[in-house]
Amino acid sequence: MIGETAIREIVHRVFAASRAEETEVVFFGLEERLTRFANNVIHQNVAESDAVIVVRAAVGRSVGVATTNDLRTEGLERVAEAAVAACRAEPAPEDPDYPGLPEPTDVEPVAAFDERTAAYTPADRARDVGEICRQAEEAGVNASGAFSTGLYEFAVANSHGLFVYHPTTGADLTTVVMTDSSAGYAAGASWKVEEVNVAELGREAIQRALRGRDPRPLEPGVYPVVLEPYAVMDIVSFLSQMAGGMQVMEGRSWMSDRQGELLVSPLISIWDDGRDPAGWPLPFDFEGVPRRRVEIIREGIVGDAVYDRRWAKKGNAPVTGHAMPAVNPFSPWLSAGMMGPLPLHPVMGAGEHTLEEMIASTQRGLYITRFHYTRVVHPREAVVTGMTRDGTFLIENGEVTTPVRNLRFTQSYVEALRGAEMVGQELRCERSGLFMTRAPALKLSAFHFTGTTTF
Amino acid sequence: MKDLTDLALDTARARGATYADIRIVHRRTQNVAVRNGAVTGLAESETLGFGVRVIASGAWGFAASSRLTRQEVERVAAEAVEIARASSTVGKEPVDIGPPEVHVATYRTPFRMDPFAVPLETKLALLMAADEGMRRVKGVRVAQGSVVSWLERKTFASTEGSFIEQELMETGGGIVAYAVGDGEIQQRSYPNSFARDQRTGGWEVVEEMDLPGNAERVASEAVALLTADPCPCRVTTLILGSTQLALQVHESCGHPTELDRVFGSEAAYAGTSFLTPEKLGTFRYGSPIVNLTADATIPGGLGTFGYDDEGVPAQRVPLVREGIFVGYLSSRETAVRLARLRGEDPAAAHSGGAMRASGWDRIPLVRMTNINLEPGEWSFDDLVADTQEGIYMETNRSWSIDDRRLNFQFGTEIAYEIRGGRMVRLLKNALYTGITPQFWGSCDAICDASHWRVWGTPNCGKGQPGQIAHTGHGAAPARFRDVQVGVIRNT
Repeated sequence: MIGETAIREIVHRVFAASRAEETEVVFFGLEERLTRFANNVIHQNVAESDAVIVVRAAVGRSVGVATTNDLRTEGLERVAEAAVAACRAEPAPEDPDYPGLPEPTDVEPVAAFDERTAAYTPADRARDVGEICRQAEEAGVNASGAFSTGLYEFAVANSHGLFVYHPTTGADLTTVVMTDSSAGYAAGASWKVEEVNVAELGREAIQRALRGRDPRPLEPGVYPVVLEPYAVMDIVSFLSQMAGGMQVMEGRSWMSDRQGELLVSPLISIWDDGRDPAGWPLPFDFEGVPRRRVEIIREGIVGDAVYDRRWAKKGNAPVTGHAMPAVNPFSPWLSAGMMGPLPLHPVMGAGEHTLEEMIASTQRGLYITRFHYTRVVHPREAVVTGMTRDGTFLIENGEVTTPVRNLRFTQSYVEALRGAEMVGQELRCERSGLFMTRAPALKLSAFHFTGTTTF
Repeated sequence: MKDLTDLALDTARARGATYADIRIVHRRTQNVAVRNGAVTGLAESETLGFGVRVIASGAWGFAASSRLTRQEVERVAAEAVEIARASSTVGKEPVDIGPPEVHVATYRTPFRMDPFAVPLETKLALLMAADEGMRRVKGVRVAQGSVVSWLERKTFASTEGSFIEQELMETGGGIVAYAVGDGEIQQRSYPNSFARDQRTGGWEVVEEMDLPGNAERVASEAVALLTADPCPCRVTTLILGSTQLALQVHESCGHPTELDRVFGSEAAYAGTSFLTPEKLGTFRYGSPIVNLTADATIPGGLGTFGYDDEGVPAQRVPLVREGIFVGYLSSRETAVRLARLRGEDPAAAHSGGAMRASGWDRIPLVRMTNINLEPGEWSFDDLVADTQEGIYMETNRSWSIDDRRLNFQFGTEIAYEIRGGRMVRLLKNALYTGITPQFWGSCDAICDASHWRVWGTPNCGKGQPGQIAHTGHGAAPARFRDVQVGVIRNT
């Protein structure tokens, strides 16, 4: 861990070396460890230590960006020069929408650092995943998965005097358990390792795999569905990733020109809240602006997009603190230039029903654990295709009766949520890179399955 | 550099490792992007670090750091051994990587023009010309373009005596136009989707694309698609253009032949494979004209290199020969495991040279190199003329496949109806779906070498922690019979 004092020193050295009119430094630091298992043994076990700075330099409305993980003085001088050099082309490479760098603003810290998680060792992770492997051996099934723990540091500073810093920790487990004819899945994530109950998640996946043995084929068609939170997270993730101000303003989102419209069931609310300690909070965006809670869907009505300063200015909308980094060193596709502002902390609000009530109320339908390899087919209605995976079951007369082979769906997620009938009481979460998504179980009146596979 | 690699290997050995290797990697990238007439991306990036991989107590350990100092090299090598010992507490069979691979060598990507030496002004002028060309077309909402330059210098050393230095250069670029109207959104990309095509080589790769010369065409196609008829829903003959076919090869041949997936190592993330070992040498994957090859030696491919990331030389490996499944993408460990499973001598098992890591901070995994559909005998004009009824699809827009790589569904940016041997009608929102061996079994024509070229896929995800690989795929247009198209309900 580098720490706030050392990061301030790094930032000041970049500012001292910069010849730009405005300079910004975004710091990403990580100490991440991951233990991966398959066939009931650990087959990969890795550790990574890295710290990267992204320097944005502006001369007039020309903006250059350079990144490095060489934090020695010569590396910092080189990156400052590279950022400025990019602005010096002739004619000047202007970005007319560049809003300038923000002035300092108070950002109230959110505690999300856990010493035990930061100190978790390879032996600790081996002990935990060993318990899943032991349970799997006893059950005669085959466990695989990954368990990661890590500590992360984010900081943003600019030449107007802004400096914000957020240290945090993370723990993630995903596991898939396979029999000769079925699979089961479970996952959990938190910034506290003690809140990821590895043994319990292993049991959940094993039970689901055993229950799914010998699936029978089922004709594709339209079925009511009861979705585990793992599947609902996919819906929340897709809809929220199309809630960025750039996509909405350009008419490329399901939200475009629909603000205020009752679009889905009033049971559905989706928001983004980067300050909620129940998720993986990061209280500021990658320009150092405080994150605000944004209601994307409020009781079925289309709410607001999320904005950074550039797109807020273009759209005459409020800045919500959702800027992405100019260059994202760990996910190049999720940089500001490619995607615009994005919600990183989407949540679908909980409801009043249990999973058991959803199943009991279903005459004939499908109970689905998760979706796999989902991709947007058409953005306007958020039409998505994907497969079911790791536990798909038929519901008949209010009971789960038999496992079925996996199905392909091609379905508008907007249309699906229009038919939401019940929302689960409990939120579960999964982390993917900078994103932490939380969702409950859902019962939907209709879901379009368009194909089948052989298992 | 050798003093640091020696230090890492000596430290690992002293701590009890029976095998160790180290990769020191420095990567420099430059991205230049233009969007609707504004310069939205001018980025220079560099990353430097090293990763140490060891076998200790019969298990794998890996640790990596960005601080390239003697003290940190010692710490990380020791940490890798400690991690391996923790791995061994949840293990069964000791890791066996087969016979030693000892190579002292250098490799450098051939190129004509260093892309980093090309002035920024030249790159901006090219992108601005393309941007203006796209925005001249009425109805285009968003025009964007980018060029990418990439240089990776890496040093590999192992306790077996290998010391390999490589310099890999990639250059890429592309444009895309979005048109929006009446609830419809359409896009056209050139030369490929995912923002760009990319190849190993220099600035000549981008010059050959002629981005400005294609700008108005792709923009006009995006606008025309807004009012085009939707792709019908039926079973018909399908001709795929080479960019879409490249992705079809990637998803339905490349991934299922990765031997680590076959052995379950990816089960919890990307999934497994239907190409299980008992099928090797006998399973009919496609029709007799289908020949698929993994070839890390061809010029220009994104999977072209001198040595993989465990120091095994680049190779050409047949995967499907005359329609029969005959080979895997493999590593040293998986090659030994396959040999044992098949009752062959593990001491004679050799890797196919497909272990690749996305950077210094990631452990190598079995990855695609250049997975190529070998060319056939048809000219494209003859192929269309020979098709009485069908649909031509080109340039991927969406892609999805199940976790054993059987049921797939792809969408393309553009399609044309074929009637009486001619392309007669523009179609939008085209999709096709199928089951992998049935689909390849229905392939009855492949265009010849004059239509064949290698495409780059710079966004292949795999592994935990996640890795993005750059893979290549050679393909020429091909025809498939009795394919389900148009499963989307058009909205």
